[in-house]
Amino acid sequence: MRVNTTEPDFLHILQQSYAGFVSSSENPAIDFDVEITQPLIDEPDADVEVTHSCGRWSLQRGDFRAEWEPGKRRGWVRQTANPYAIDSVLRIVHSLVLAKEGGFLLHSASAIRNGKAYLFAGESGAGKTTISSLAPSDAILLTDEISYVRRQNEGYAAFGTPFTGELAKLGQNVSAPIASLYLLGKGAENRIDPVEPADAARSLLSNILFFAKEEELVQAIFHSAFEFVKRVPVSRLTFVPDSRVWEFIG
Amino acid sequence: MSTVYVARNPRVAARILDGEMMIMSGRDSTLFTLNRTATILWQWADGTTPLDRIVEQRICSEYNVEAAQALQDAEALARELASHEILEISDQPISEPAVLRGDRQ
Repeated sequence: MRVNTTEPDFLHILQQSYAGFVSSSENPAIDFDVEITQPLIDEPDADVEVTHSCGRWSLQRGDFRAEWEPGKRRGWVRQTANPYAIDSVLRIVHSLVLAKEGGFLLHSASAIRNGKAYLFAGESGAGKTTISSLAPSDAILLTDEISYVRRQNEGYAAFGTPFTGELAKLGQNVSAPIASLYLLGKGAENRIDPVEPADAARSLLSNILFFAKEEELVQAIFHSAFEFVKRVPVSRLTFVPDSRVWEFIG
Repeated sequence: MSTVYVARNPRVAARILDGEMMIMSGRDSTLFTLNRTATILWQWADGTTPLDRIVEQRICSEYNVEAAQALQDAEALARELASHEILEISDQPISEPAVLRGDRQ
């Protein structure tokens, strides 16, 4: 994606926020023109709204309003100078693009170890930030918050993202085939327990980030979750918050 | 009790995994897990088979229940599933679900 702005300060923020994920592609899949404005509506904490009509996606929250026409590969964003606004727009657009391709954004940390990617999913407080911060030096952190999951060959691959959580540390811009998804929970001992496929699908669906109510894409996400649990082992990882948990990973 | 027909809503996504039928509403992403009886109803809800025949042939044969009571329970269940827009229920055969008919109106 290419983000165009005439605001030097905002450009500088973007370059810092997405360091490692910035390139000079001349032929982007999507071109977004960003205009910095005052707050758009009187409800800065309003939930995000994502709607689709006549080939055009509309995205709106208190701090941004955006439109994207996939057919023209163009969009625009009007937002406050807050970098979280463009971050949200990019997350939403990526979630829509991935849904059509059989992938998804997952509320999970992820890391590569020994050439394989491992995902650690859970709600806030489950331990995503903790397990990310405990990763050994030979593990490559992809994200501590939002994993980027795509279909690849007969399986799935995880890609690094600049979408950070509490750790506020950018992931590496690399990818690897996914070896396992762990459903995180903190406990008195480190242990891995199997998860029944139906439970795995339910847990996966509850952690997929998807903002649109468009029926076709909702169905696509639903089926993608089932395809994922057919191809990727899903286990429950209970862990004591110290580095020994990584002896179980990879 | 009048004859009742049930039809699956084609706009919900459904998958069965390890015997558990899961259905997601395309409208609001609500996820439902159906019990065994609801799964049978869903699977045989073709819009043309009367509910009493589904109960007689598919439910009474699986459970040792009295037919009249089973039909009463099945109709209540079908109406609940219809309230979530998982099934459509009608006193006439359903050749085309309402959600698809609505597309052309």
